[in-house]
Order: sequence, then structure tokens, then C-alpha cells
Amino acid sequence: MKIAFTAKGTGWDSAIDPRLGRTEYILLYDEEKDELSAIDNREIEGVAHGAGTKTAQMLFEMNPDILITGNGPGNNAALVLKQTSMKIYVGAGEMTVKTAYDAYKKHELKEF
Amino acid sequence: MKIAIASGKGGTGKTTLSTNLAMYLAEQYPVVLIDLDVEEPNSGLFIHGMLIHQQDMFKMIPEWDKAACTLCGKCQEVCNYHSVMKLGSMVMVFPELCHSCHACSELCPAQALPMQAVKMGELKQYETGKLSFVESRLDIGQEQAVPLIANTLDYVEKNFATNYLKLYDAPPGTSCPVIKATQEADLVILITEPTPFGLHDLKLAIETMRELHKDFVAVVNRFGIGNNEVFHYCESESIQVLAKLPNDRRIAELYSKGELVYPQHQEFAEQLKVIAQYITRMQERHL
Repeated sequence: MKIAFTAKGTGWDSAIDPRLGRTEYILLYDEEKDELSAIDNREIEGVAHGAGTKTAQMLFEMNPDILITGNGPGNNAALVLKQTSMKIYVGAGEMTVKTAYDAYKKHELKEF
Repeated sequence: MKIAIASGKGGTGKTTLSTNLAMYLAEQYPVVLIDLDVEEPNSGLFIHGMLIHQQDMFKMIPEWDKAACTLCGKCQEVCNYHSVMKLGSMVMVFPELCHSCHACSELCPAQALPMQAVKMGELKQYETGKLSFVESRLDIGQEQAVPLIANTLDYVEKNFATNYLKLYDAPPGTSCPVIKATQEADLVILITEPTPFGLHDLKLAIETMRELHKDFVAVVNRFGIGNNEVFHYCESESIQVLAKLPNDRRIAELYSKGELVYPQHQEFAEQLKVIAQYITRMQERHL
């Protein structure tokens, strides 16, 4: 399984970024390879319009099996993500990437 | 001549000033008042005219033609608003994000994104004496005020001769709708109240008008409350405070009944006259 996280940093101890469109990083954890990689999304700060659809498109291209985030996507971003089969889990806005992953494993996160 | 009445802060008296000024000036020459606060137009509560025209307002949105599309991705490359997006083997259009700039449609090599008219609101025109009144109202669910403001301004340009004084009641704030509503104005009247909040937002409005290279003057409403900081600031920045509209419970009572203030409040009428004279002098120079 490939699991994506919206995050404020690049490691397991980084906080989850509760925002989807304007998340600072997207982390991708490949469970089979046990590899955590990060994509820098900080240029989104300078984007005035359509941050949601832009980041959603990036996730569409990455096509993870699971997305773990905080507030969840807005309407437009959700329309983009609906074109994929990825499952979205929300409510991890106050957690670190590690605790969010553990919470997901224990079925403690809410599916969007 | 075109005059916009704007403010940084909401609720400082844009509509009170616009409606009273429009009616007062229309006693002397032809005036058209245009309510450009299309998200919640309320000048109409105070102007009781006869409805003479009504039309739907449209904006242009691209529609994806799947059969014609070659999936080259040019559309999403040229879209500044991320409102057209290639997703695998499809192109999605997000109408709420679209600014009707036509870039994707014009630059599509396969003509696969023809623009379609989508209803965004409604325009109404009323007449009462020498005053014409135009208001546009954005439909529920529509997110963008700017295209409707732009189309309303076009309508007014086409339908009112240059001898009309055009008064724009602008939306509050300092964002795109305000910029659109003040862009063509020869003068912007910034109305504020003498409070810390009023001053804070007045400064933002002034910065915006300076950036737009607009001529502007200030009017202070609810004079008598708050403090002197607005006056000190305007003096230090050499900004003319054209008038001080008094703070009086009676004005609020008239307002709450949807009535104009100046016919029933002498002090308000005197201050309004000062503003009207300033505009009339400008108008005479302009014609």
C-alpha cells in the first residue's frame, strides 16, 4: 500500500498539515519498501486561486492507495480525487505523521 | 463623470451616502446610481422607483468537448486559476474557479473548449424622477462577483449617455470586486467612521486607491463617536475630509425604515450638500 499524508515537514515526526490544498508537503509512505519520501508543495503559498484543485491534481498523479489529512478536501478537490480509487481519511490535523499512521492502522481515523 | 463610493470596513455608510447623494443630485441633473455590491445589493431598499428593465446576466465558461480533445494539456498550462485540469484521459472544468478569461478556449489547438454562457445573476433597472437606478444581484451559489460587476458596468456604459452622473455603490473591503467597482471612477469617496477599526480599514482602502492611482477624498460617518485618529491621519497624509455625517439615533431610525435621511435631517442634509457641491464643481469641469 502507498499512503500519502499532508504534512508540515518531511519526516515521521512532522505535524500533519490540516489543509489539503495549501499543505506544505505531501509525504508518501511505501509500506512494501518501507520508504518515506516527501514532495515540497510550499510554492502553493503564492497561488491565489485554485490551490485545492492544483494539489488534488498532484495527488491524482501520485495515485496513492490512501490519503491521510486533516480537514479533508473542499468540493472541487474532492471532485478531482473522486476520479481515483484512493481512500481518504480525515481528522488527523492535530497529529504527527507517525501518530496519524498508527491511528489509521488502528482504524481510528474517519473515512471521508 | 463616474464616482465610486467605497470603504475598507463594511457598515460604514456606503449605501446611506450613495442613495441620499444620488437622490439629492438627481434633483439637479440626470444621475444613475449603480449598486455594485452584487453579493448583497441593498440600495434598492431606499430607492423606490418603477421597474423598467430586467435581464439575466451571464458569464462565459469553457465546456469540454471530449471528441475533439487531443489531451495535449495546453488548457491547464495557460489557466492561472487551476480551473481547467487534465486528469488522465479527461479534462475537468471547475466553473466556480473560472474567471472567464477565455485563455484555454482561445489557445486550445483542437477547439475542444468552446465557451458557453452560464447564468450568474440578474440586472434590474428602475426609474424615479431624474434618478435611474441599476442593481445586479448574484445568483445563490455563484462565487464570483467580478464578472457580474464588469458586465453591469458595460450595461451602464451602453445605456447611459455621458451627461449622466454615474454613482457606483461599491462592495466593502479591498479585494477584486472593489477594484473592479472603482477602476473606471474619476473620483472615489472613501467613507469611514472615526474608530480604530474604521481607521485601520480606511488605511487599507487608501493604499488600494493609491496603487490604482485614483483620486479620492474621505467622508467621516457617525461623527461624534470614537476618537480623533481618523482626522489626524487624514491631515498627516494630506487627505481631504470632505464631510462629517453626524452620529444620531434618528438617522438610524430612518435607515431602519428604508427612508432617505436628508429630507428629514437638517444637519445630515447640510453635510450632504457639501459633498454634492464638490461633485457638481467636478462635473462642470468634466463636461
